[in-house]
Amino acid sequence: MSARAATAALLAAALVYPLLFFGDGAWLVRSNYAIDVGMLALFAAFLGQSWNVAGGFAGLTSFGHVLFFGTGAYCSTILHVGHGVNPWFGWVAATTAGAALGAAVGHLTFRVGLRGSYFALITLAFAETFRVLANSVGFTRGGLGILIPLDQRAAALQFHDPIWFYYLALALCASGLAIAWWLTRSRFGTYLAAIRENEDAARALGIDVVRQKVRCLALSGAMAAAGGTFYAQKYLYIDPSIAFGVDRSVEMLLVAMIGGAGTVFGPLVGAGAVVALGEATRALSDARGLGLILYGLLLVAIVGFLPNGLVGLVRAARRDA
Amino acid sequence: MLSPDILLAGTINGLLTGAIYVLVAVGLTLIYGVLHIINFAHGSLLMLAMYAAFFLWRSTGIDPYLALPLVAAGGFALGYVLYRCVIGRLSRGKDENILLVTLGLAIVIENAALFFFGGDTRTVEVSWAAETVEVGPAFLPLAKLVSFAAALALCAALGLYIARSDTGKAIRAVARERQGARLVGIDVEATFAISYGIGIACLGAAACLLIPSFYVAPTSGHAFVLVAFTIVVLGGMGSFLGALVGGFVVGVTESLGGLLLGESLGQIGIPLIFILILLLRPAGLFGSRA
Repeated sequence: MSARAATAALLAAALVYPLLFFGDGAWLVRSNYAIDVGMLALFAAFLGQSWNVAGGFAGLTSFGHVLFFGTGAYCSTILHVGHGVNPWFGWVAATTAGAALGAAVGHLTFRVGLRGSYFALITLAFAETFRVLANSVGFTRGGLGILIPLDQRAAALQFHDPIWFYYLALALCASGLAIAWWLTRSRFGTYLAAIRENEDAARALGIDVVRQKVRCLALSGAMAAAGGTFYAQKYLYIDPSIAFGVDRSVEMLLVAMIGGAGTVFGPLVGAGAVVALGEATRALSDARGLGLILYGLLLVAIVGFLPNGLVGLVRAARRDA
Repeated sequence: MLSPDILLAGTINGLLTGAIYVLVAVGLTLIYGVLHIINFAHGSLLMLAMYAAFFLWRSTGIDPYLALPLVAAGGFALGYVLYRCVIGRLSRGKDENILLVTLGLAIVIENAALFFFGGDTRTVEVSWAAETVEVGPAFLPLAKLVSFAAALALCAALGLYIARSDTGKAIRAVARERQGARLVGIDVEATFAISYGIGIACLGAAACLLIPSFYVAPTSGHAFVLVAFTIVVLGGMGSFLGALVGGFVVGVTESLGGLLLGESLGQIGIPLIFILILLLRPAGLFGSRA
């Protein structure tokens, strides 16, 4: 099967999937839970793709990507709850804020030459700074968090039926895939690959390394921030640890790394694996921690043996066949 | 405005907390500062060592201070094996890979603790834990004074060991010039594993000194990760004196930050110091890069 046919089949399957479970006319069995699991996988894939744009395609290994997610979530929510701005506009504003923050962080860190582990640690510190700030300042309502009033109309970016959040997540995920695909085709993506493989050589070839990395982090930050608004509108509540907790940073990284960092479909495959593993371990055992033990082992094994993640495994199998 | 007495008490309190940070950071100075292994599992290994001290105390009643050599030796063995079998082998010497492998280890260790020990907070109860000593105007907890003295002693001992012993010389040689060290017959991989082991042994010691005045839960290590990295970059990479000064600065910053800015906003000091140091003094950081 060609890559194009496989993509089309995947998209068709994703479009049909919720119809199996939705409403009285469900083709299979009525189950909002099944739709929500699918939505979570697509959403995790989108956030993982946002990490992948920076961490996978450009080698900007971030440990604090939740910084952008949380900024997006707070931005649209504060505009909506505090100032009555429609969440659809808030979503645009949040995405813009994510891009601006990505550019600002990138400008600060790349200009002084931070890379590799220093970049990872400083993003973690930025996320922690924002978490403390969100916990302390007035307009985020501190540790109490912010409740978004229930108003289930599409115009208010809330839906009564979970299927619409599913399709929204699918749209996000598809746009993430399109961005990743563009990175494999465009001049910009080629610059990033050159920087990832050898920054000094890229500079010697005349690439403005700082500028391209700043653009990349802005793009990635915009995506994560868009994810933040989606989360806030779906769950209608955010607080500092939901918005800026380190766990979500780690999840974004895990999803991309397990699936295959720097590949177009890696985050989608990784999200599928992570969500499936999570649901399976939850069904098998009540004890907490089991799922994450497996993710951790998977991460270690993938760094050691499968630098291209599960996608690399599939590719290797196809080559052998 | 706060009275001088409160500020003085805050400073002393900060110094005592700082001593605990020094204990945690001194192992990282060796691992991260000298050999540049980004040990993201530092916090979770500390948590593991604290559980070791706790279970030794609960099963045999052995005082954590007496268990210190045992836990430190166990830490060395665990660190050596972890480096040899997992970190060194799987990361193939790449910075990013070490970061990701140790992150994976941290996730595994933390959740294994949650899985096997449960999420409850546990404390060691020893008779002298509540005792205080009168120093000038303040009453200071004995346990914290002991860890203060131990932090000074540990830094001095480690500094001397690295400066004088053959192993220490090998470690410094590997840190400075890996190829050259190999050429003069030093087993580079073994030196890395030994350094990692020593770093984790320090964590074992820190855990035994910490636990009488602290508690252990699967997430106990979290708070120390960013703090330890902050201290190492603040003090200067690979400097034990730097770790000592850095630990006290961070402890006092946190304590006074809490007093001046409030409980919640006061926590901003540590990540902010970290960001500012990395942004404003990058030359100093990369200057001592091996």
